[in-house]
Amino acid sequence: MAETSDGGDSNRLRPSQAARAVGATGPRPVEASAAADVSLTGVDEDDTGVVESWEVLQSRLTGDYAVDDFGFDPEFTDKVLLQLVRPLYRHWFRVEVSGIDSIPAEGGALIVANHSGTIAVDSVMTQVAVHDEHPAHRNLRMLGADLVFQTPFLGDLARRAGHTLACHDDAERLLRSGEVVGVWPEGFKGIGKPFSERYRLQRFGRGGFVSAAVRTGVPIIPTAIVGAEEIYPMLANALPIARVLGLPYFPITPTFPALGPLGLLPLPSKWFIHFDDPIPTDDLPPGSADDPSVLFEITDQVRERIQRRLYDLLAQRGGAFG
Amino acid sequence: MGVVAVVTGVSRYLGGKMADRLVDQPGIDRVIGVDVVPPPTPLAAEFVRADIRNPALSKVLDEAEVDTVVHMGVIATPRQAGGRSVMKDINVIGTMQLLGACQRSESVRHLVVKSTAAVYGSGPKDPALITEDSSPRHPPTSGWAKDSVEVEEYVRGFARRRPDVRVATLRFANIVGPGMRTGMTSYLTMPVVPTVMGFDPRLQFVHEDDAIEVSRRAVLQRSAGTFNVAGEGVVLLSQALRRLGKRELPLPANVMPIIGRSLSRGAWADFSRDQVRYLTYGRVLDTSALASELGFTPDYSSEDAFGAFVHGLRAEVSRHG
Repeated sequence: MAETSDGGDSNRLRPSQAARAVGATGPRPVEASAAADVSLTGVDEDDTGVVESWEVLQSRLTGDYAVDDFGFDPEFTDKVLLQLVRPLYRHWFRVEVSGIDSIPAEGGALIVANHSGTIAVDSVMTQVAVHDEHPAHRNLRMLGADLVFQTPFLGDLARRAGHTLACHDDAERLLRSGEVVGVWPEGFKGIGKPFSERYRLQRFGRGGFVSAAVRTGVPIIPTAIVGAEEIYPMLANALPIARVLGLPYFPITPTFPALGPLGLLPLPSKWFIHFDDPIPTDDLPPGSADDPSVLFEITDQVRERIQRRLYDLLAQRGGAFG
Repeated sequence: MGVVAVVTGVSRYLGGKMADRLVDQPGIDRVIGVDVVPPPTPLAAEFVRADIRNPALSKVLDEAEVDTVVHMGVIATPRQAGGRSVMKDINVIGTMQLLGACQRSESVRHLVVKSTAAVYGSGPKDPALITEDSSPRHPPTSGWAKDSVEVEEYVRGFARRRPDVRVATLRFANIVGPGMRTGMTSYLTMPVVPTVMGFDPRLQFVHEDDAIEVSRRAVLQRSAGTFNVAGEGVVLLSQALRRLGKRELPLPANVMPIIGRSLSRGAWADFSRDQVRYLTYGRVLDTSALASELGFTPDYSSEDAFGAFVHGLRAEVSRHG
């Protein structure tokens, strides 16, 4: 780690590479590596991160940069947006990732994960995991609800971060062009469910995501996220307020709205993200993408794999804030 | 033996350029430009002063045995027509009359229509890229965009009634270039540019030369079908304004048109409902059909086309001091 701290800019190890170098031989000792991040790399990395973020922000003021057709700005995402949430990822939630090799080094893949946590912090953390922990630093392109894209600032940020509307056209276009796409099929049913139903998967809709994967022949990677349920435990849903604000739900948590803005601080639960073995779709007979029985079968398979893995990870985790 | 082509709307910039571009093209004997008012500068093509709202157009088509009609007569801003109702008249009634004349004509075999990507509307439920067969989720409700939707409906009706006529519809993204002045360019050149707070729409541009070239090819290749036309890639509104060196004034969506209109007094800047939606959500076209079926890829990317516009603007400013 010594050479990473003496200021070489271009050939520095990335934080995630550094983390892997530390724990390359088997599963990372949790406390030790988290502590190592803080004492050895954390502070130092954050310093150069700030400089880089500043440079990227300045270049954005001249308008001299390129975004793709979806509005994705990879440099801004990595150096500014993800940089902002990395402290949360590393030090607050202490996210542990397993099965990252399920994501191919190149070509399309569809990540399907459980959704929870009142606001979609889980998807942002998954984006950090896919980008920072995968050797190819793949960008996760998520599919979001239209509510996201009609909300000022949020919709704009989502596009910049590479995300787009959950619709067949966009899903298939991204998968066909070899991107890693993320979907949270539970949608608002998942993130807006009461705390008492934590880690119980909600309905997966009509499985539209499966048909997009089958049509484009990319593998589906069932992904289980543990930890997000506890960040804003939703005790009740103030529906009348939600209706007035035009929101799908309005959360009442132990700290929100009672503590005001302070209630927006997520509780520091311990997180695990597991990318399960890919389910191939390129070996299915032609026409499968339009066959509801095939689609339902795969949807069920994905759902069961996620649910089973959630229970495994929960047992492994022990206490929620451990 | 070549054919005779008629171009409508030749007294405006792009129509005039198009008519002149077709003169001396292989396979074209004669080019007749039609418009209500004479062109500001003489055309290389023949000019016939005729109102397309008037059935007299039939006579022109019959007498010259016109084979190809290029319809560029749909106008975008009320200013050009002298009022919204006149504009709607010219656009919709004019197109109906023109198509009526084409239907009666025995010589017409090919119709090329300049339309606009505004027919798709704009909104949060649109896919990131719009293909020609996407059904609009936020159809336009007013102005030029709605006129264009109606024009396209009449054109489709005509195509059904005259299956022997090949019909090509070109849906252009914002056309820009050193000489083009549109509602969009007037908006972008306002001293302070009002934008919708919290949104940075993805825009696309086509260079005027590419717009003329794709229309020329559609005529010469006798193309049929509907095609999106846009320069490759996207330009965010914020990027466009930075490149122009403009200050932006972010406003909530509901007051943006009111303040915009008062700021732009005397200019053509468009703050219609549909345009404001476009300036909120943007729109990006899938142009793969243009490449695969028409064999055309614009020379200018969206960014380059916009660069040419900025360059033209700077040259203009330095000329006038």
